[in-house]
Amino acid sequence: MVTHDSGGHHHPPSGFIRKYIFSLDHKVIGLQYYFLALFSVFLGMALSMLMRIHLVWPNLKLPFTPGGLMTPEQYLALMTMHGSIMVFMVLTTAPQSGFGNYILPIQIGAEDMAFPVLNMLSFWTTFVSLVVVVSAFFVTGGAPISGWTAYPPLSALGQIAGPGQGAGQTLWVIGVAIFCIGSLLGALNFITTTVDLRAKGMTLGRMPLTVWAWLVTAILGLLAFGVLLAACLLLLLDRIAGTSFFIPGGLVVTDTPIVSHTGGSPLLWQHLFWFFGHPEVYIAILPGMGVASHVLSTFSRKPVFGYKAMVGALGAIGFLGFCVWGHHMFISGMSPYSAFAFSLLTMTIGVPSAIKTFNWLGTLWGGSIHFTTSMMFGLGFVSLFVTGGLSGLFLAQPSIDLYLHDTYFVVAHFHLIMGVAAIFGIFAATYFWFPKMFGRMLNETIGKIHFWFTFIGVYSIFMPMHFLGLAGHPRRYADTTGVNFLGPLHPVHYFITMAAMITITAQLIFLFNFFYSMKAGQKASENPWNATTLEWSIPSPPPFDNFAGHIPVVYRGPYEFSVPGATDDYIPQHLTPEKVGKAH
Amino acid sequence: MPGTITDEIEIIDAGRGGGTDVPAGGDDEGEGSGGSPGIPQRAYFTVIQLGLAGIIMFFMALTSSFLVRKGLGNDWVAFNFPRILWLNTLILLASSITIQIARRHLRGDEKVAFKQWWSVTTGLGILFLAGQFIAWRQLAGQGVFLVTNPSSSFFYVLTAAHGLHLFGGILALLYVSYRNWQRSRISQATATDVASIYWHCMDGLWIFLFALLYLGR
Repeated sequence: MVTHDSGGHHHPPSGFIRKYIFSLDHKVIGLQYYFLALFSVFLGMALSMLMRIHLVWPNLKLPFTPGGLMTPEQYLALMTMHGSIMVFMVLTTAPQSGFGNYILPIQIGAEDMAFPVLNMLSFWTTFVSLVVVVSAFFVTGGAPISGWTAYPPLSALGQIAGPGQGAGQTLWVIGVAIFCIGSLLGALNFITTTVDLRAKGMTLGRMPLTVWAWLVTAILGLLAFGVLLAACLLLLLDRIAGTSFFIPGGLVVTDTPIVSHTGGSPLLWQHLFWFFGHPEVYIAILPGMGVASHVLSTFSRKPVFGYKAMVGALGAIGFLGFCVWGHHMFISGMSPYSAFAFSLLTMTIGVPSAIKTFNWLGTLWGGSIHFTTSMMFGLGFVSLFVTGGLSGLFLAQPSIDLYLHDTYFVVAHFHLIMGVAAIFGIFAATYFWFPKMFGRMLNETIGKIHFWFTFIGVYSIFMPMHFLGLAGHPRRYADTTGVNFLGPLHPVHYFITMAAMITITAQLIFLFNFFYSMKAGQKASENPWNATTLEWSIPSPPPFDNFAGHIPVVYRGPYEFSVPGATDDYIPQHLTPEKVGKAH
Repeated sequence: MPGTITDEIEIIDAGRGGGTDVPAGGDDEGEGSGGSPGIPQRAYFTVIQLGLAGIIMFFMALTSSFLVRKGLGNDWVAFNFPRILWLNTLILLASSITIQIARRHLRGDEKVAFKQWWSVTTGLGILFLAGQFIAWRQLAGQGVFLVTNPSSSFFYVLTAAHGLHLFGGILALLYVSYRNWQRSRISQATATDVASIYWHCMDGLWIFLFALLYLGR
């Protein structure tokens, strides 16, 4: 291997706290993010399970509710916290901050992130934000009830708007604001590292698509989280200082006139929130696209079909993501002309999305496909992305959205595309990089059982929700038994709840595989998948400074599989031209 | 499609990823870990530009809110613009000039003159913040508080947010003044340039906010 000394060789820290808690090592920080997301995803799933149980058995007594029965407000609190924890603490952290932190520096041939101290601060800021948001459960009134979108005036009025709208909602706003700061710091580090710390020969055109995806995601985060931070600041002032940014005059809440506020605009919050919120959807899904491209190519033993188009599509999706926030607001009374523009721009996103899908299929076409668990989750990602994306085209049309907006159709749509598809991206990444991260293989048989339970499970949960939505079933109803026209739909709810129980239980299979393999899995070699990118050129797990002081030189693109004339069906990026063709 | 084995071999040096910069060496903040690797000095320029992009998005969100809130509401009442803000603006503009003079002295290796002008800049920054505080006191004296009217709400929010960012700039100036460069990953020249870029941008941002608040009040 041709190397050149990095010059700034450094030594690993000694002592538990510097090594594992306040670590500056991007790999440890990546794992910290991953475990934060792992904790959060099980918490979020537990909340959704309680909601599903309540929807089917509304009279079931639950241990944690004071009177035994769940109130509609408690249901809304579960929903709010489920959404907030899943979107912020899972979908934003695991794919980007978790895997991005661990893998990105190694894939570009860097010893660490550009600013390790900043990186550590990003994680601990995020950790504090999780603690603050979750603490909303434990204050008087409990967790907020205004959903993860926190629309005012409900979110701005305080205690009078309902239980959870007092201290709980304040903690939510502060927690999310802290999260914005952590994400902004992280984005700075990701972009700078990618721009300035690439190894010799790692041109932009040779970066793995995972790196491209993390880069575009970081740019989205940099431009979007500042806007949410500003919105949270104004909302917080409305709540605790008595300003009227978002609270209109003349409100009457449970027979009490709200006299202390005038003239605010609830719509202003919606604009600010969705200007952040729509890019946020792509922050969740783009890293999954990068991972899907990466594993599909590796396990098809073929180069990614249309590498440049894939990069262009990532950029186009990122850019368009900032132009379509209004499609979340079709029913807000906006001008039909604005709605038309937002609708057109939204459907335009179908073009780069179709390019990506076409290229994924093109990558598979004629390949020598290895059905590893990672590959299956990668394929599952493509499937869910298409299914979830298609319903997006329905909702992008204002006239159809008018009917479907507050129904389960939207719940089905966004869960498939930004929830489950992104989760499949996380699973594909986990099964792919686990050997690198922990030096042992995950059990493939257990992995495949986990895949099939999860794949069939998520479709069983979310496909029927489309039909609930088409039948006019509203979202956010805690109890549907008192609504006549929803009665016949009850069996569908029953089916969904059963599917959810099975799917969530199946995640314990993953958890077992994860921790069992970490301890007792088969030892992983340096490059168990015969992959090409730089992380596979170093030991599993990698040494403290990744390349032991010898930064590799990169000679070729990231997906040189099945190159005609070469001995092996893959040529690593760092392999010198003289060594290509000889056995290695 | 799979390329031939040799077609890209000659393209080894990669633009900014060329990795040819000699790392600054030294450790990271001199803390116990033994530090982290050296990084090219250009990374500090990259990160400050990116950071400013993020900050601009934050202020653009507040600016949009200002315009929307003023346009949609019918309760907007103008307040007496504190005159001291004109003086504060001049002070901040002057600080941008003094920071340039300081940089020129550093380039000419005149360390003492650099230190003096750098300190003058820091002093002007602190003076600006004190002036902003006086403006708040004057408004409060007129009975104009954060919650009085959306116009005053935005005034306090925007000036406070800018003041906080400028305070960060003052910390950066002090860092440059008191840093031991022998133990630092960032060189004095880079730190000076990066702090200056940030300072000028906070100056420019203030001019923008001043115009917004004055014309839009």
